[in-house]
Amino acid sequence: MKHKAHRFFASMLVAAFFASTPGMAAEIPNIPTPTEGWNTVWHEVLIDLWVIGILFGSLGAYFLVKYRAKDPDAVGSGKKLDFRQALAWCLIPCALFLADDFMLAAKGWTLWNTQRTIPAGSMEIKVTASQWNFTYEYPNGVEISSTDRDTDKNLFGTEIMDGDLVIPVGKPIVMRMISSDVIHSFGLTDYRLKEDIMPGRVTYIWFMARKPNISQVVCVEFCGTNHSGMYNRVVAVSKANYDTWLAKKKQEATLRRRTYAANIIKR
Amino acid sequence: MTVATDGIPEDTGSSHGGFKLKEWIFTTDHKRIGIMYLIGSIAALLVAGLMAMGIRIEQTYVGESGLIQYFVGDFAGNMTTGDAYNAALYFHGAAMILAFLIPGLTGFAANYLVPLMIGAPDVAFPRINALSLWLFWMGILVALLSFIIPDAPDIMWTGYPPYSITTSTNTAFYVFTVHLLGFASILGAVNFLVTIIYMRAPGMGWNQMNMFVWTTFAAFIIQLIFVPVLAAAVTLLLLDKYAGTNFYNPDAGGDVLLYQNLFWFYSHPAVYVIFLPAMGIMYEVIATMAKNRIFNYKVAVWGGIIGILVITGEVWVHHLYIAGMPNWIRIGQMITTLMISVPVGLMVISWWGTLYKGSITYSTAMKYASANMFLVLVGGLTGIPLAMTSMTVHLSETSFIHAHFHFIMALFATFSMFAAVYHWFPKMTGRSAEGKLADAAFYVTFLGTQLTFWPLFIIGIEGMPRRYWNYEMFPQFEPYHMVATIGSFIIAFGAALMILNWIKAAINGPKVGANPWKSRSLEWTHTDIIAGPGNFPKPVTVSEDWTPYDYANADGTPNTSN
Repeated sequence: MKHKAHRFFASMLVAAFFASTPGMAAEIPNIPTPTEGWNTVWHEVLIDLWVIGILFGSLGAYFLVKYRAKDPDAVGSGKKLDFRQALAWCLIPCALFLADDFMLAAKGWTLWNTQRTIPAGSMEIKVTASQWNFTYEYPNGVEISSTDRDTDKNLFGTEIMDGDLVIPVGKPIVMRMISSDVIHSFGLTDYRLKEDIMPGRVTYIWFMARKPNISQVVCVEFCGTNHSGMYNRVVAVSKANYDTWLAKKKQEATLRRRTYAANIIKR
Repeated sequence: MTVATDGIPEDTGSSHGGFKLKEWIFTTDHKRIGIMYLIGSIAALLVAGLMAMGIRIEQTYVGESGLIQYFVGDFAGNMTTGDAYNAALYFHGAAMILAFLIPGLTGFAANYLVPLMIGAPDVAFPRINALSLWLFWMGILVALLSFIIPDAPDIMWTGYPPYSITTSTNTAFYVFTVHLLGFASILGAVNFLVTIIYMRAPGMGWNQMNMFVWTTFAAFIIQLIFVPVLAAAVTLLLLDKYAGTNFYNPDAGGDVLLYQNLFWFYSHPAVYVIFLPAMGIMYEVIATMAKNRIFNYKVAVWGGIIGILVITGEVWVHHLYIAGMPNWIRIGQMITTLMISVPVGLMVISWWGTLYKGSITYSTAMKYASANMFLVLVGGLTGIPLAMTSMTVHLSETSFIHAHFHFIMALFATFSMFAAVYHWFPKMTGRSAEGKLADAAFYVTFLGTQLTFWPLFIIGIEGMPRRYWNYEMFPQFEPYHMVATIGSFIIAFGAALMILNWIKAAINGPKVGANPWKSRSLEWTHTDIIAGPGNFPKPVTVSEDWTPYDYANADGTPNTSN
């Protein structure tokens, strides 16, 4: 009886879990992303650095204290290495350093392939950078300008600004980027990514949000007077909310175009 | 052993007379040229340091401080905060690297020490040496003029086009500064390579040279090969901006990345032009103060110094990891860049090993050298993630990278410079600069540097962008910027104490004997305390088993032969 009750509650829990995220688990593709990859490798690199740092640091500090001159005329008694010792003190450290280098290179290369290989089924947003603004063009033609800082308060509970780069959760996003004047750079701070944007060459970057959140995209290549004013928010929202937002933007754009045309006709 | 002279006469009658300005201006003596390089580079350090203070003050809080305009000489407040900040940042970077670190280490230190260390009466071409110095001074003058002209350059020390071409500010001042300092470097390179190859004291083999001479040799090979590339890059920039050519203009068939490749093809090796002589100074100070032979000398030279020389031209793309280069080259140069750890690691092991079983006396220079062990570790190890392409896609252009190169260049190389000034202060002035004031300046400066740059590592990992005067999108970083600013004020206080101490000691510091550190190197053993014209009272020859580091005899007793 007791056993049965236990099983019952467990199944309830499982059901509750799936109920709370209707369809979400199925929607978010289970692929490695640049963001999680970066965080993992960063922690491994940090361990590597701390081990080497503490080893050399403590050894150096020990030598500095231990080998203080006992009397002002004393001289050091370091021996001249013979050929075999000298060779060993060259080859063994070289081998160790190279082993560490190649280990890091292998980890770095693996992550690099994730960072640069665009997954299937991704959504493309075109970015045009100029002094000092990013313009985003969505697949359906909606354009967002990063310098619009007006706030749209009443959209699905999240405060959305006109210049926000709004993206759906669980969808790999590719930014296809070009500049119309000088070199800029697309720095997705919380997604651990950046790539320069320049005239005459198209560059790309891909990322994916797993949860609704708000982060920043900043220009990170020096571009003049208002370099530090060239930024906007990246707002990841659920697919449903994204569709609502995009439809609203599309409507606004159509309205704007009609008003514009009407004005011209009037004139 | 080193039977070179029959002892040094009391007065050779060859020392310089009293101070005559004309003598200094027209001098071709490498020691005076070295001291004038020192004065020029310290002047650049102070002005560029003042810019750094302005930068820190501006970044202390989110939003405008209203003070940065004063730092760049815009007292009327005509410039926007962004423009004034950019002008200050341009001057800080360009002056620190091109007018302080490179001329300080390859101008002052190389000039003053190389002929003395190899037993030569002067450099091979003394008049060309004087020309180098005056080109350097002209370069400094042109750089300083940017505070007077209304359109001060704001293109950062890297000067990337198209911005440096389309900006309304005066890119020509940047180009001409680079030209003048570049010519000075190329002439210096020819001069010192010839000097080191042909003017070593009879008997001095390559493997008997001081480590500093080796590092200078390697640094000048780098200058000779790579400076012309930089000169070409900035000349094309000048033509693009003022003569209407399109080398870097993609709309007219030029290449937008060409400049970055040329620039870093020089400017990465330039890092070693700074790092190597700084390491050389460390070796000299440590071997002298620990009274010990260099650990594994031949491996440190042929594996470490020459290793860096071999690898230096194949790693520049690590400055372009996010610049839109092809994927394959970003991976290829990740591997070459990581391999820099091999020669640098061999040098670090040799450095640590030189302390092993040493007999260390803590002069002020040795204190700087001890601090440098920490700085080189932090600066070197934080370079490892930056060598990895896939890590750099986040860390690049953040204050993490900024803190990294400040540890290795701004702190390590500058502390080496300061150590050099303290270590050879008796040689230059006949007086000692040691004492409580020197110690206080050292501890205060060290504390300040740590307070300034550790917060920048932390917020860099969280994504604080470089070259931002305002960071309203990241208000959470404000406390860290505050600590960094406090640190910069402490550094400024320490630097002021140090300069005060140098001036005080040069005028009435205690006089010292001919070899205050009991060094075995020629510049101490075979000259008067202040070397006169021609350096050595009698021509120097060294024996086959002489080295500058033979402090102990084979049986471990102190070597007292001369």
